[in-house]
Amino acid sequence: MIEEKRIVLRNADLIDPEKIEDYLLAGGYQGLEKARSMSSPDLIAEIKKSNLRGRGGAAFNCGLKWSFAPADAPVSYVVCNFDEGEPGTYKDRIIVQKDPQSLLEGMAICGHAVNSKQGYIYCRGEYPYVVDLLNRAIDQARGKGVLGDFDIEVRMGGGAYVCGEETALIESIEGHRGEPRIKPPFPGVAGLWAQPTVVNNVETFTNLPSIVLNGAEWFAAIGAPNYPGTKVLTLTGDVTNRVSIEVPTTATLREVIYDFGGGIKEGKKFKAVQVGGTSGGFIPESLLDTPIDFDSMRGIGATLGTGAVFVMDETRDIVDITTRIAKFFEHESCGKCNPCREGTFRAYEIMKKINQGQASVQDIENLTILSQVMEKACLCGLGQAAPSPILTTLKHFYPEYQARLQLN
Amino acid sequence: MITLTINGKEVQTPKGSTILEACQQAGIPIPTLCYDPDLRLAGSCRMCLVEIKGRPLYAASCVAPAENGIVVETESPGIVAARKVILELLSARHNFNCQVCEKNGNCKLQDYCYQYGVKESRFNYGEPTNYPINDPNPFFERDYNKCIMCTRCVRACEDISIVRAISVENRGHHAKISTAFDGNLTDSPCVFCGQCVMVCPTGALTSKVSAGLGRSYEVDKVLTTCSYCGTGCTLELNVKDDRVVGVTSNRTDTGSPVNKGALCVKGRFGWDFINSPERLTTPLIKENGEFRKASWDEALDLVAKRLGEIKTEFGADSMAVFTSARVTNEENYIAQKFTRAVLGTNNVDHCARL
Repeated sequence: MIEEKRIVLRNADLIDPEKIEDYLLAGGYQGLEKARSMSSPDLIAEIKKSNLRGRGGAAFNCGLKWSFAPADAPVSYVVCNFDEGEPGTYKDRIIVQKDPQSLLEGMAICGHAVNSKQGYIYCRGEYPYVVDLLNRAIDQARGKGVLGDFDIEVRMGGGAYVCGEETALIESIEGHRGEPRIKPPFPGVAGLWAQPTVVNNVETFTNLPSIVLNGAEWFAAIGAPNYPGTKVLTLTGDVTNRVSIEVPTTATLREVIYDFGGGIKEGKKFKAVQVGGTSGGFIPESLLDTPIDFDSMRGIGATLGTGAVFVMDETRDIVDITTRIAKFFEHESCGKCNPCREGTFRAYEIMKKINQGQASVQDIENLTILSQVMEKACLCGLGQAAPSPILTTLKHFYPEYQARLQLN
Repeated sequence: MITLTINGKEVQTPKGSTILEACQQAGIPIPTLCYDPDLRLAGSCRMCLVEIKGRPLYAASCVAPAENGIVVETESPGIVAARKVILELLSARHNFNCQVCEKNGNCKLQDYCYQYGVKESRFNYGEPTNYPINDPNPFFERDYNKCIMCTRCVRACEDISIVRAISVENRGHHAKISTAFDGNLTDSPCVFCGQCVMVCPTGALTSKVSAGLGRSYEVDKVLTTCSYCGTGCTLELNVKDDRVVGVTSNRTDTGSPVNKGALCVKGRFGWDFINSPERLTTPLIKENGEFRKASWDEALDLVAKRLGEIKTEFGADSMAVFTSARVTNEENYIAQKFTRAVLGTNNVDHCARL
């Protein structure tokens, strides 16, 4: 049986998150101290070598992302994406609630690497109590002087899912309507207030202190070679244990669901699992032995994304669940680009029709072509990923759609 | 210069160009709805999508940089299918009453639906869009049942007129162009310059003043200079049956060097005086309290004679000349020259000093 491996949650439940002294006693800020003894290019090279890939969803090489920021920019920013809007995802909240100083240290390490003096944490609007905790943590860190000349400010979101997209997040921090920007320019070149900006997820930042302290080789040897390290996962739905866990990326979905989740509740049978949040694909029983690393997941048409693991038992109605997900995207589309603005709306209308047993095969064909176009044509990740639940359920659970058509 | 391949043809383009610009230089047509060379780029209509070999996503060519060595397809089956779906999605929210639409024959949505053979939408699911049309301003109609949310109007208001009277409200499919608190334009900072009407690619924004008087293919377009002020903006008079039925913008650098199409409310909407029955067409001379028509020679002779008599009787400083911003610099120069050299007084002023 695979065991938990804790890197980002190394201090969870072992220290008092309200006390910076606890964090310091547990070896806190030693990673930052070591990072500051290194030159910026060396630090970036070290992170690149560790092959740490972004934990927010897109899995981009973290050190590579940092290297895009010009080293000689007079002003640059470090932004932490703590918008965590995927339904079923709460890993960033757990990480921050259990060890806020770890995030601050990670951001300060990044600040040293890209020569930035100012960090922003963009916190999900539904987490006001975490904002309070973070502000107290920042005050303590300032008081101890551990951040040096790097400062961090917490900004709160207004509840828009799309603001988890890094450029929409930047627009929101600037006080504008939360809409994604066109890329290029990428934030690394012109981000917040048109200055070079590195945006990383909470989990990415909190990996950094241990990587710097223990070295790139140490990290690169953990988990899957192409997506090393661990992943914090949150189990929801019909599992016996709805828990958050941190496992090496070689863990399979079956191990996650059965060893950590304790299997399906009330002795029922497994039907499907959706990984990565609402925009993730639906995975049937036959693919459960796939490891959770990003590339393996992509190989089966799924996304590791935010690490949400939403399990459905045999009694769950796939078409109904997919209809509800379509409603979510219809509601969360920002309205900027045509295929997403109109597509999420029509997709929800078609799904409703199917769900009500009034649809024909033609309606499913229309839904399919619409979904396929949205995946490739939408401006940002929201619209590109929104059709994923529809397409994967059509692929793996078509009989359930067919059963609805027969009601005609 | 960089070299890329578009539709199997090698194309050279300056570094920093977009794929769309490279296509335009190479004479390859790309459909666009939200793109406008005078406005901040949005990249949002996704009509200009192209396929770049080796990349999983389609790229919006208006914002995608042309890169050395990339292989671009502009009309691949996947691209054509995507454009059709986008047009069908827009059609599903668009009120097609082309038979009475002011923009019939001058509508990008209509043109592209024709080009891509979109006869009807596969996506007419749910309730059709139904926005009330009730903005009581005298200048332009706002029919958001024809809006395709390209946001060119918002960007024109912001980038050309720098007024920011309109923006986008609500989200997703319910997003809509709106003034603050969705009020009437008359209660907003709008100055009714009509730059939004100029850039609208569909019939969502049309001139009320020209409504029903003739469509773009029925009118001759005559370039002239606006007579309202000395700025010298180029107007494009829309002439039908020898009558001016509207003013539109010529947006080229050569045709409209002063204003590049941008106009103010007077130039764009204030042309009804041209055919007004109250308009003076000959000089009038008042005799015994009544005006009578006169020739120019007679009128000018009378003025010259009376000015001479006044100067002799009361002196040159008994007269003053007041000139207008509605005439050009050159005409104002002549007016002051006439005042000083002919009348012999320095009593000359200009309304712009008030």
